[in-house]
Amino acid sequence: MGLTACDKTNVKAVWVKVGGHLEDYGAETLERMFTSYPQTKTYFPHFDLHHGSAQIRAHGKKVLGALGEAVSHIDDLATALSKLSDLHAQNLRVDPVNFKLLSHSFLVVVALHFPSVLTPEVHVSLDKFLVAVSTVLTSKYR
Amino acid sequence: MVHWTAEEKQFIISLWGKVNVAECGGEALARLLIVYPWTQRFFSTFGNLSSANAILHNPKVHAHGKKVLTSFGDAVKNLDNIKATFAHLSELHCDKLHVDPENFKLLGNILVIVLATHFGKDFTPASQAAWQKLVSSVAHALSLKYH
Repeated sequence: MGLTACDKTNVKAVWVKVGGHLEDYGAETLERMFTSYPQTKTYFPHFDLHHGSAQIRAHGKKVLGALGEAVSHIDDLATALSKLSDLHAQNLRVDPVNFKLLSHSFLVVVALHFPSVLTPEVHVSLDKFLVAVSTVLTSKYR
Repeated sequence: MVHWTAEEKQFIISLWGKVNVAECGGEALARLLIVYPWTQRFFSTFGNLSSANAILHNPKVHAHGKKVLTSFGDAVKNLDNIKATFAHLSELHCDKLHVDPENFKLLGNILVIVLATHFGKDFTPASQAAWQKLVSSVAHALSLKYH
């Protein structure tokens, strides 16, 4: 399931809106994921997970920053995300199911802040992109 | 049986009170068919589903979406007895409609996103969590009579 030219345009259009607030939207994505899917907190026993936590803000910024990098190199996700793919396979070993939970949480954040941007067409493009990123990040697991 | 806190029930019931069922139902089903096009396999009699625009303006999609979300409302009215509420529909989806229960999860998440587009910041993380629990309870209840 490859990203079409249209998908890439749609994803970049979302990033125009999201790009300037990585910390806010990143933190919100994580907070929503932790609240709706408490099992995801098991990967962060060392974090202060209270609302507004500096660690969540920093980590949210890091996660969306990486997604932003992926958007900038959308024509070659495998190369752009290679180091992160190694990290997830060797160190983090986040169970693959959780990428869907994070992706959904991010879609909700985009939906509530930019409902007019997340048209059904853009929604499918963004969903495809998140699946593609998740696939790359879990590709070296075994 | 699902256990709901008073707060979760409040989030669900108060938000539901503001939902335009016809509008949100139609949107949710249309989005499902657009975002996950393989779900169109269940709707071969619905006419033109050839593009996102066609789907969004398809009257059968709109009507069916309203029907589905209206039925969802039964869960909201019977939060303490979702399993029994959907027993008959579960049999129907298995025996007559032959729908893979995975699709219930897909539609549930799409509904959450549609609610987010409508309610913005009012759809707080805690409210979303209550709704995620509801959509997953309904999805589960709909799969219980499968054999």
